[in-house]
Amino acid sequence: MSNHTLSVLVENVPGVLARVSGLFSRRGFNIESLAVGPTENPEVSRMTIVVAVEELPLEQVTKQLNKLVNVIKIVELDPASSVQRELLLVKVRADATVRSQVLETVQLFRAKVVDVSPEALTIEATGTSDKIGALLRMLEPYGVRELVQSGMVAVGRGARSITATSTR
Amino acid sequence: MTSATSRSETNAGPTAPASSSQSGARPKPAPPAGTPVRVTGAQSLVRSLEAVGVEVVFGIPGGTILPAYDPLLDSTKVRHVLVRHEQGAGHAATGYAQATGKVGVCMATSGPGATNLVTPLADANMDSVPVVAITGQQTRALIGTDAFQEADICGITMPITKHNFLVTDPVDIPRVIAEAFHLASSGRPGPVLVDIPKDVLQEATSFSWPPELHLPGYRPTLRPHGKQVREAARLITQARRPVLYVGGGVLKAQASEQLRELAELTGIPVVTTLMARGAFPDSHRQHLGMPGMHGSVAAVAAMQRADLLVALGARFDDRVTGQLSSFAPDAAVVHADIDPAEISKNRKADVPIVGDCAEIIGELIAAVKAETERDGKADLTPWWTQVDAWRDTFPAGYEWPADGTLSPQYVIERIGEIVGPDAIYAAGVGQHQMWAAQFIKYENPRTWINSGGLGTMGFAVPAAMGAQFGAPGKQVWAIDGDGCFQMTNQELATCAIEGAPIKVAVINNGNLGMVRQWQNLFYAERYSNTDLGTHKHRIPDFTLLAEALGCAGLRCETKEEVDDVIRRAMEINDRPVVIDFVVGKDAQVWPMVAAGTGNDEIMAARGIRPLFDDDEVSQ
Repeated sequence: MSNHTLSVLVENVPGVLARVSGLFSRRGFNIESLAVGPTENPEVSRMTIVVAVEELPLEQVTKQLNKLVNVIKIVELDPASSVQRELLLVKVRADATVRSQVLETVQLFRAKVVDVSPEALTIEATGTSDKIGALLRMLEPYGVRELVQSGMVAVGRGARSITATSTR
Repeated sequence: MTSATSRSETNAGPTAPASSSQSGARPKPAPPAGTPVRVTGAQSLVRSLEAVGVEVVFGIPGGTILPAYDPLLDSTKVRHVLVRHEQGAGHAATGYAQATGKVGVCMATSGPGATNLVTPLADANMDSVPVVAITGQQTRALIGTDAFQEADICGITMPITKHNFLVTDPVDIPRVIAEAFHLASSGRPGPVLVDIPKDVLQEATSFSWPPELHLPGYRPTLRPHGKQVREAARLITQARRPVLYVGGGVLKAQASEQLRELAELTGIPVVTTLMARGAFPDSHRQHLGMPGMHGSVAAVAAMQRADLLVALGARFDDRVTGQLSSFAPDAAVVHADIDPAEISKNRKADVPIVGDCAEIIGELIAAVKAETERDGKADLTPWWTQVDAWRDTFPAGYEWPADGTLSPQYVIERIGEIVGPDAIYAAGVGQHQMWAAQFIKYENPRTWINSGGLGTMGFAVPAAMGAQFGAPGKQVWAIDGDGCFQMTNQELATCAIEGAPIKVAVINNGNLGMVRQWQNLFYAERYSNTDLGTHKHRIPDFTLLAEALGCAGLRCETKEEVDDVIRRAMEINDRPVVIDFVVGKDAQVWPMVAAGTGNDEIMAARGIRPLFDDDEVSQ
C-alpha cells in the first residue's frame, strides 16, 4: 500500500468534518493523517487527507468523497510536484549536561526552540514527514517527554492553484 | 426545482401568524413570485412544500414539529395522512415515490419520531428512492443538552441519507426545502432529511419563492461521454454472447421505451434485476427473467456464459453476482450508471459510461445503428439457441407440496394472472417477495415495489398504502408474509380511515419462511425460532385482525377457493382487504445460488445443477 495525498475543498459548514471522517470509517478506508483549515475563500475549507490505499480503492475513495454534497473538489497531490509539510512540537528532557547537544541537533534540522526550562526544551519543527521522523530519532535518546504533531498540509508547486471555481 | 414558482394562494392569509384562528378565513391574492412576505418558519415550510408541488405528506405530529402542523391544517394543496407509526410514514413515502416517480414526503417529531424514520430512510437510500423527511428538533438553545425528545438525527442519518440539513435560521427554510427536493430527485435519487428546531418554526421570517439554490459541490453528470458510447456500441455489435443487465436505474430514468428499442434493435437477451422488474415486459421474447440468487436459470446462465454484459443502471450487487471472482468470467463489461462511484466498485468496467440511463440508451441506439451500418453485427443465432435451451429445460416452476397443503407459488401466480399487469404489486421481504418477483408477470414500469437493497421486513403494507395514494385509480396489492405482516399491519387502520383500499395477500405459512428455508438447507433442519405459531395457535387470527382494523378479512385454505377469493377481494373497494392464504410451510424458493458460492453452482431445484458440466456454447 502506498500513501496518497488528497486536497479536498469543502464547503465551510457545520458537520462537514463528520461527513468526511464518517465516510472513511464506514467504507473501511484508513486515514493516515487529516488536516483542515480555512482558505482564501471564507466559504471554503481545505482538507489535506493522507490515505494508505492502492490505486483502485483510491478511485473509490475519491468517488465516494465526491458524492458528499458539501465536497466541492478533490485533487490528488503528487509528492514530486507539491510541497508537503507537517508541524511538530516536542518537549525533550535537556538538563545542563546535554542541552548543548540537543541545541546542536535543533540547529542541524533548522528547527526552533520555543520554550526553555531547567529540565526541558520545547522544540518546534516543520518539514516533510521524513524530516520530522529523522529529527525525532535524533531526539529520542535524550528522552521525549511530550510530543504533538499536526496532520500534513500540502500545496502544489508552480503558479497554478486549486480553487473552488464553482463557488461565487 | 429552481423553476418551481409559487402558485396562487387561496388558503391562509400570507401574513397571518400560525396561531391565528382566522388563517384561512380571508383569502388574499398571491404576491408576485420572488416578493418576500412575512410569515412564521412553519408557514414558510408549508408554503415551500406547496411550491415544490407536494401533494401528500405521511406523518405523525409531536412536540417539536407541532408548529408545522398548524399551517398544514389550512393547506388546500398538501394533504397530510396521519399514519400509526413513523416507520409506516417513511415506507409510505417510498411506495408513493416508487409508484409515481415523484418525491415522497414524510414528517415526524424529534427524538423517537425521527429515529423511527431511520429504517425507511436506510431502505430508501439502498434502493435510491427520492424521499424527503422533515423532522422537528428541540429548540436551538437546548440542542446538545440531552433535552426531552432530543436526538441528533442529522448525525444518526448521515450514513443512510443522500444528504441532510439542520436548519438554524428560518430564512433558510425555502432554500433548504428546494435543495432537499432537488437533491432527492436528481442525479442518483435518494432520501434527504431536513431537521428544523421548534423555535425556528415559530420565529417570524420572510418567505419568497423561488429561492436560489447553493450547492457548489453537487453537479450530477447526465450526458454521457460520446467516445465511451461509441466504444460500447462497438462492443455491442461485435459480441457473440451479449446480455443486457438491466437495473433499477432504468426505471428511475424512465427509460423503458428506450430500453425496448435498444433490445429490439440489437436482439440481445435481457435480464431485469429485482429492482428493475417491470422495466422490460415479461411477455417479451427476449426477456430471460431475473438474475441472481433466486433468478431464473436462463438469466443466471446467460450472464455466466456471456462475452459481454451491458449493465444499465445496475450495481453488481452481491445478490446478483454471487461470488464475485467467478461471476461472468468471460464477459467484458459496459457499465452505464449515473453514479460514478458504482462504476468499477464491485466489477471492473471495460467501458464506463456515466450519465442518465435515458440519455445513455438513446445515444447507444444511434451509435449501434451507425456501427451496424458501417461494420454489420455479429450473428446471435447460436447464442439464442443456447439461451433457449436453458429456458426450455429449466422454466420457472414449482412442485405442489407433498402434504397436500396450498402452494404459496400457486396463490401468487393466480393473483398475478387474475389481477393483471395494470395493478401495482408491493412485497415484503422473504420467500413471498421472491415468488412475487418470479411468478407475477410485470409488463409496465412502476408496478413492482419492494425493498431490494436493505431487505426490510414489514415494507409491503405501508409501501402499498403510499402507492395507493400516488395512484388512486389503480388496484394495489401487497403480497406479504405472515412474519412481515405482523411488523407493520397497524397501517391498515390508516388505510381504512384515510381511504386507501389496498388488498393484502398474506402468504401465511406460519413461519419466517426464508429463514426456515436456510435452516432446512444449511442448518440440518434445526428450526430455531422460525415458527411464529400463526398456524398452530391461529394467533393472531388475520381475518379477525383485519376486521378490527376496519378491513374486510377473507381466508383461503384450498386450491379450489383461490380464484374466487381473489375476485371477491377485487370487488371490495370501500375498505382495504386482507386475505389470509393459509399455505404449506415446506415450499422453497428455487432456483437458488447459495450465499457465498459462485453462480455456476445455481440449483434449479434441490439436487439439480444445470451448469455443472454443461456444454459450452460454441465460440
